Amino acid sequence: MDNFLQVQNNQRVARADIPDLPFEVFREALLSLAHQGGQVVQFFAYEDRGQNRLLAVMRTDKLYVTGCEVAETYLSLTADSTKFHLFEREIGEQYGIQAEGHPWWKMVRYHPNYAGGTDVFENDYQQEIPGNYPYFTVEGKTVHEVAVGPVHAGIIEPGHFRFQCLGERVFHLEIQLGYQHRGVERLFQTVSANRLPIIAETIAGDTTIGHSLCQSQAIESLAGLTVNKGAKVVRTIALELERIANHIGDLGALSLDVAFNPPAAYFGRIRGEYLNLTQILGGNRFGRGLVRPGGVTQILGEEQEQLISAKLAELTPEVEHVNDLIFSSPTVLARFDQTGTVSHADAEAIGLVGYAGRACGLSYDARVAFPTECYADLPRNKNERTDGDVCSRGTVRREEIRHSTQMINTLLPKRQEEPSVLPQEWQLAPDSFVVSINEAWRGEVSHCILTDAAGKIQRYKVKDPSFHNWTGLALSLRDEGISDFPLCNKSFNLSYCGFDL
Amino acid sequence: MESVLAFCAAVLIAPMLPAVIQKVKALFAGKQGPPLLINYYTVIKLFRKGSVYSTSTSFVFQLGPVVGCCTSLMMLLFFPLAGTAPLFSFHGDVFMLFYLMGLGRFFTILAALDTASPFEGMGAAREAFFSTLAEGTIFAILILFFRFSGSLSFQEFFTGTNAMNIGGEHGALLLLVIIALYIVMLTENSRVPVDDPATHLELTMIHEVMILDHSGPDLALIELGAWFKLLFYSAFLSQILNPLQLADPLMNGLLFFGIVTLIYMSVGVVESITARFRMNLVPKFILTSFALVFFVIILTMELIQ
Repeated sequence: MDNFLQVQNNQRVARADIPDLPFEVFREALLSLAHQGGQVVQFFAYEDRGQNRLLAVMRTDKLYVTGCEVAETYLSLTADSTKFHLFEREIGEQYGIQAEGHPWWKMVRYHPNYAGGTDVFENDYQQEIPGNYPYFTVEGKTVHEVAVGPVHAGIIEPGHFRFQCLGERVFHLEIQLGYQHRGVERLFQTVSANRLPIIAETIAGDTTIGHSLCQSQAIESLAGLTVNKGAKVVRTIALELERIANHIGDLGALSLDVAFNPPAAYFGRIRGEYLNLTQILGGNRFGRGLVRPGGVTQILGEEQEQLISAKLAELTPEVEHVNDLIFSSPTVLARFDQTGTVSHADAEAIGLVGYAGRACGLSYDARVAFPTECYADLPRNKNERTDGDVCSRGTVRREEIRHSTQMINTLLPKRQEEPSVLPQEWQLAPDSFVVSINEAWRGEVSHCILTDAAGKIQRYKVKDPSFHNWTGLALSLRDEGISDFPLCNKSFNLSYCGFDL
Repeated sequence: MESVLAFCAAVLIAPMLPAVIQKVKALFAGKQGPPLLINYYTVIKLFRKGSVYSTSTSFVFQLGPVVGCCTSLMMLLFFPLAGTAPLFSFHGDVFMLFYLMGLGRFFTILAALDTASPFEGMGAAREAFFSTLAEGTIFAILILFFRFSGSLSFQEFFTGTNAMNIGGEHGALLLLVIIALYIVMLTENSRVPVDDPATHLELTMIHEVMILDHSGPDLALIELGAWFKLLFYSAFLSQILNPLQLADPLMNGLLFFGIVTLIYMSVGVVESITARFRMNLVPKFILTSFALVFFVIILTMELIQ
């Protein structure tokens, strides 16, 4: 571990303290940690004084950070560990750095690199996007290819799915995203400070609290802002309400996908009730405008506490009842059981996070491993079913709804009415680095900020859990019927815009 | 005269009955559901629209909906609705009817393949496979009815002293036939648990995916064809279920359409309390219906004297 600097979640460290290794040592260090069960939290490139550098944040039960200088090409890490796969492609796309020996070298989001240099994927970005990619193909007379998207039948986001099938059986699924690339990371590096939280909320609309919490914590750490206890309670409740609302919406959608209508209708309504609770808490159904650097914009008063706790008491048995309806119906279980299985070993090898990971038996939960806000004082959740199939992912989410409800009930009486001090301007510490991790509803969200000598944001890196988990969806389809794709997809329910940034 | 009236009533009422299914499903889901006349509005809307044709399709694509709708309509012409004599009938018409239905499906499949879409090809393959299996059940039922009544036309099945219904001589055996026919009805009309008519997910669809490219009047014809077909199967079931032959033709008609409505409602109930089967379980489900009818045939053979 000499090659790493151990850091805490949201701990500000001087950039000078981060090890600056020769590339070979850096590579070996990362690979050996990855082989010992370490997972990648962040792995990205940035430009510093005309030189490209790599920076990696790894996690075991602790967080480790290390860096190195990198030339135009380097020896790919993916060849030895699949955990680095998409990260290396992203580095190639953003800074034009070639990973030699990468097994599947193609762009991630289809945009010219930041450096303005030659493109390492030999793309001509003047051309229209759709379809113009080399795809993984399977040859054979009876093999057929099914292309879905980027425009879909439902009101969902754009993404292209390419299936290689033999009859109804799927050999391989390749997922190509990037249609919603907005350049979020670059925006963070250029806009004025007061716009940062507004943009963070829109990284992924269903993870508003998750992303804005990460950003606020990172800025608080770099600017030395303190958050009072009351604000922490509100933030934690907001994050848990977001989790419940999304889990409920998805369990309803899962049941609709197998044509079991009643729970879908009930959960459609109940999800709205939880969104309304978020509105009572923060003034907006989707948690917009609540979390800001320094605290929260709304105090949790006595009236709100009573409204929320009364409504929770009313909704909790309803949710249990509808869940019973889903998980005790034989025809539904026949569809969920042993569908879209991702093995524990595969999940480990690609670093699944969130409920998708926990459903495969990876117990990682950022709320437990790297607690922020009030999580250190709250009990953790246990998952009964970890077979890695659709049923497990559904069951884990059901358990998380219960767990989150308990946490909210515990936290509500701890509210305090002291308003937060929300500075309009702040000064970030110069030459510093911070990594912020939170367990949003989908899994581990992480933001990284590097500041320059003047305290300006030099590099802002965002990672949504979807960045890890899309690969999990592709794996879950292996040897599965193509007609079960929508069900598998919904059981993961990953973010397109969170991935595309 | 009564036959013409019964036929007209059936054609007019066919679009309303599927709305009954939607109402029942909505009731289970705690919703209001669409109005009972929704399908009439839909058809009027569709006929007012124009059709869009892909440049990669040929005349076959436009032929599909027309043939599909006509063949479904012909089924009703030959069926003794509400106990009246059918408009047309001849010895052996059952064979022609089921093959006419096959013809309709053949053209729907051709039209789907004509679009060269990977989805529609997949749906066509599923539809062809599942309906082939269902055909086995249908013909087993016809063989059975021939053994019972010695005839091969719908009129003779359901009229006269030896009519096929649960009140008759073979009532107990017909119970199994009813279950088998119900399964075939769900299969042939793309209902849950075989198919989901309400889904928007192309990859899971069977019938719906084949008609994705049809629009306007073409789509209206397809919808009408589907409603007539569902009515035909419910009428078939209703005739077997109904042991009464009332003297008053009006009462008889009301009784018939009452039972038909109950069958539609039962479809709504089935769709509300079951999820769809996984695709690889569907063949087993359909073959269960064949096994049931085959078992009945064995029972009638009186192998043990």
